[in-house]
Amino acid sequence: MNITIHGVRGSIPTTTLETKKYGGNTSCVEVEADGWRLVLDAGSGMQHIHAGNGFRNNRVDILLTHLHIDHIQGLGFFKPLFNPESEIHIWGPASKTQSLRARLGRYFSPPLFPVYFRNLTCKLVLHEVDDSSFAIGPFHIESCHIMHPGPTLGFRVRHQRGTLAYLPDHEPALGRDGLLHDVKWLSGSDLAKEADLLLHDAQYTPEEYKDRVGWGHSSLTDALEYAALTGVKKLLLTHHDPLRSDEELEKAFRHLQETTSYQFPYALAYEGLAIQL
Amino acid sequence: MAYAIELILNRQIADCLAIPVFITDTEGNLLFYNEPAEEILGKRYEDTGEMAVDEWSTVFKNKDENGEVLPPAELPLVKTLTNQQPYHKTFWIESLQGRAERISVTSYPIIGRSGKFLGAVAIFWRPTEE
Ligand SMILES: [Zn+2]
Ligand SMILES: [Zn+2]
Repeated sequence: MNITIHGVRGSIPTTTLETKKYGGNTSCVEVEADGWRLVLDAGSGMQHIHAGNGFRNNRVDILLTHLHIDHIQGLGFFKPLFNPESEIHIWGPASKTQSLRARLGRYFSPPLFPVYFRNLTCKLVLHEVDDSSFAIGPFHIESCHIMHPGPTLGFRVRHQRGTLAYLPDHEPALGRDGLLHDVKWLSGSDLAKEADLLLHDAQYTPEEYKDRVGWGHSSLTDALEYAALTGVKKLLLTHHDPLRSDEELEKAFRHLQETTSYQFPYALAYEGLAIQL
Repeated sequence: MAYAIELILNRQIADCLAIPVFITDTEGNLLFYNEPAEEILGKRYEDTGEMAVDEWSTVFKNKDENGEVLPPAELPLVKTLTNQQPYHKTFWIESLQGRAERISVTSYPIIGRSGKFLGAVAIFWRPTEE
């Protein structure tokens, strides 16, 4: 399976020269295998997905972890939504109070967006999921609520060639003593467990996190410890703070390498990164 | 299997509180109790870990004002586990060592976002004497 990272920035896109190396687009990851395609989150990075033909039934499955704007703002600019030939499935977190259609409809309506949901011309199917397990072509997917404000899912995408865990907005350390070391008490640990690749929230430095407890994100060090506790084989740190320049990001990363020792490889996710599992 | 975040968050809150808190699964097995609750139970979570329902429910006897043993069906936590509703009651608990203490218990069900019943929380209060 081929994984391409199209967006690694948290909260808001940035366009400065200082953030060019890692990229300024918000969360979006493309996963492709056997002619099937998944898009994990529809952040501004989604604009770089070229939805040409060659995919089975012209089908694309978009899996939304949650509906914060940085994870859906690319949706309206995804051309296949306006193509009657394409079949789009959107999978998103269920809510007790409002349907996924109603919640996404707030974005797909003026004044935020000129086109109403009902005017999208593709064949559109919405799926509400919570702690679920479902199949999309060759992929087996598990979703589960994780710690982040509002209904938020993490995903575990399993293909015969490997397993990807995707938890871009996640604060498992929320609590008095930070991360609980018993994995049973660790949010999302079933999703991450022994995955070949984990993409995890690492928005803050440990110092910044002290002032942002409860904001729904992780520090670089907590992301590493989380990966160690769940036994993942490789970790990619993502959801970089929009104010963090490439230089600062690399400085924080170097500090991490100097002050910690973990057995598994880890790296900073960047836009355009392609990985094969 | 990891616990639902609703249980994890309840544990994390309990961990910050000065009030004794017990957290159970839907069967009444004790998943977590905080430090103030350790005092009531006379055990440490670090030592016992989770406790099966038969194990921890026999640590103390529950009695009414007249010293009569309370049937389990009258206890707030048992009622919450049965009906998935909150309950409150003041009664006496007697430890295995024979120490009796008047206690108020408030229990509430943990019902997650998806509407699923996940467990219950019992908070023990030491009532202020009237
Ligand atoms: Zn985000
Ligand atoms: Zn978010």
